[in-house]
Amino acid sequence: MSETLDQEPMATIAVVNAGVSDPSSTRLFTDRIAQRTVAILSEAGISAAVRTIDLAPIAVEIAQALVSGVPSEKVQDAIERLASADALIAGTPVYKAGISGLFKSFADLIDDDLLIAKPAILAATGGSARHAMVVDDQLRPLFAFLRALPVPTSLYAAPEDWGSTDLGRRIDRAATELAVLLRSGAPRDIADGNWARYQHRFGGNASRAGKPDADLDFDSELMRLAAGGRPRSTAEPD
Amino acid sequence: MQFGIFSVGDIAPDPLTGYTYSEAERIDNIIRIAQRADEVGLDVFALGEHHNPPFVPSSPTTLLGHIAALTKRIILSTSVTLMTTNDPVKIAEDYAMLQHVAKGRLDLMVGRGNTVPVYPWFGKDIRQGVALALENYNLLHRLWREDVVDWEGKFRTSLQGFTSTPRPLDDVPPFVWHGSIRTPEIAEQAAYYGNGFFANHILAPNFAFKPLVDLYRRRFEHYGHGTADQAIVGLGGMSFIARRSQDAVEAFRPYFEHYPIFRGSRLEDHMAATPITVGSPQEVIDKVLTFREGFGDYQRQLFALDGLALPVETALEQIELLGSEVVPVLRKEFDSLRAPGVPEAPTHASLVTAKYGDAAPRQPRPNPNRGDNLSGVSPYQDSDPSVRAQFPVIV
Repeated sequence: MSETLDQEPMATIAVVNAGVSDPSSTRLFTDRIAQRTVAILSEAGISAAVRTIDLAPIAVEIAQALVSGVPSEKVQDAIERLASADALIAGTPVYKAGISGLFKSFADLIDDDLLIAKPAILAATGGSARHAMVVDDQLRPLFAFLRALPVPTSLYAAPEDWGSTDLGRRIDRAATELAVLLRSGAPRDIADGNWARYQHRFGGNASRAGKPDADLDFDSELMRLAAGGRPRSTAEPD
Repeated sequence: MQFGIFSVGDIAPDPLTGYTYSEAERIDNIIRIAQRADEVGLDVFALGEHHNPPFVPSSPTTLLGHIAALTKRIILSTSVTLMTTNDPVKIAEDYAMLQHVAKGRLDLMVGRGNTVPVYPWFGKDIRQGVALALENYNLLHRLWREDVVDWEGKFRTSLQGFTSTPRPLDDVPPFVWHGSIRTPEIAEQAAYYGNGFFANHILAPNFAFKPLVDLYRRRFEHYGHGTADQAIVGLGGMSFIARRSQDAVEAFRPYFEHYPIFRGSRLEDHMAATPITVGSPQEVIDKVLTFREGFGDYQRQLFALDGLALPVETALEQIELLGSEVVPVLRKEFDSLRAPGVPEAPTHASLVTAKYGDAAPRQPRPNPNRGDNLSGVSPYQDSDPSVRAQFPVIV
């Protein structure tokens, strides 16, 4: 599902929803977070479009891609939506005291450099408040590995939270954090200015991988070894 | 344009009968397949190298040496020769010897190998895989071009005054393809030396490897070997052919869908999304022509068609169909579509002509044994007479 605002969108927010029921409380949660984020961005004069990636309908294709290495069209489309987003909201149910296998399976398919410096709100829903730390214990390290920028406030909704105004306040806090990060331009500056310093999959799905040579340092140690072991170009005579 | 087949020599139970070939049977079958490929006029037979079951070809030069004696025209190659876990000195020696016994009907494709335990089994570190492949090839390249090599690197014992014997046939090294599907450094090395670049165009979305092939083409031009469209490109592929389209799909389906990495996948989905080519001869022809549209004119197309537990009789039929109904048409089509100035893949004959023109090729004849190669420029009789070797005198 995608909601497009009337104005020309200036920011794109991708939502990854690993909830499987219909209606899904995880989807309800990520919709709520997305709505508040758009509203808060709008107050700051930034219009935003939200594109939601529901994982349940492509669960089988995600599993096939894990085994065969070949993403289906829908899985590839989901990866490209993430790659082109300016920020993301990740929502997973908690199963067996952990993030859902479906969410992790999808995460295992994306390029390591797909989400570099993208602001992210991390969210989970669970049947008990006892699992509230799953977001910080499991989602946060995953997004740290992906070198995304998770906002300071993690969001978790246990059944009782749906009747609590505190949940709304926490959502607003996280949404504000995301909006500030986006408005600051820091995420783009980090990715643009530092791109060559991250490891990349050549010709991969990351949005800056469109011009693959831009990712390549032909003066790296390995590249010089490839060219017969030549010395650094700075050491070469003119 | 060269068309051929490549095999990794895998063994798996036939999903229809449950029968599993013994290693002895599989080795015999590989030989039959290579012979049939030669008889039907295919250009290339390439054999992989593996060091773990269920693969049999651990020693490709031994098997290819035997096949060389049984075949007449076909070029023998590898898919791939492991450039990481083999000693480049031994590669230089083994493949030069094979080049001699095959009378020049030999090239090779070098690659890294991705089976993790093979590296430690051979005393190597997979985390150094790219550097190993690059450095080892740099040494191999020199061993085949310089009679005496002094060399020092990170991964191998240094060499002082080493001569790799025999020297390549006619003093022209076998042509080398660098195989890779993800590593820009390997494309760079192929481009630097003006060698071939081979992308195993299977098990990935259509044209997934085009950025890498394009990088190789640009860098080939950068290093002055010709224009980007003159770079030497090869593609792997997987095919299954039957006279009627539906028969091909039905016959191939159990083999495809029972293979471990394809379990849970539908053959039709892979046919649509990946380069795998299953169908009538015309459908295979049409799909291979799309490869040319996507990658540009290229020089070598290899098909994997004896894997996935297919019975040898089926593989032999595939070779017949490929040789009689598919490749003749593809040759004509590729010839008529090829842009002017795009070269064929180098062969021993073309490399000899390029090096010597009409002159007779060098035939290195060793000097009498002097116990070392350290003190002269060449251990061969045709070394530059103006350079005098200073032998140590022992009184």
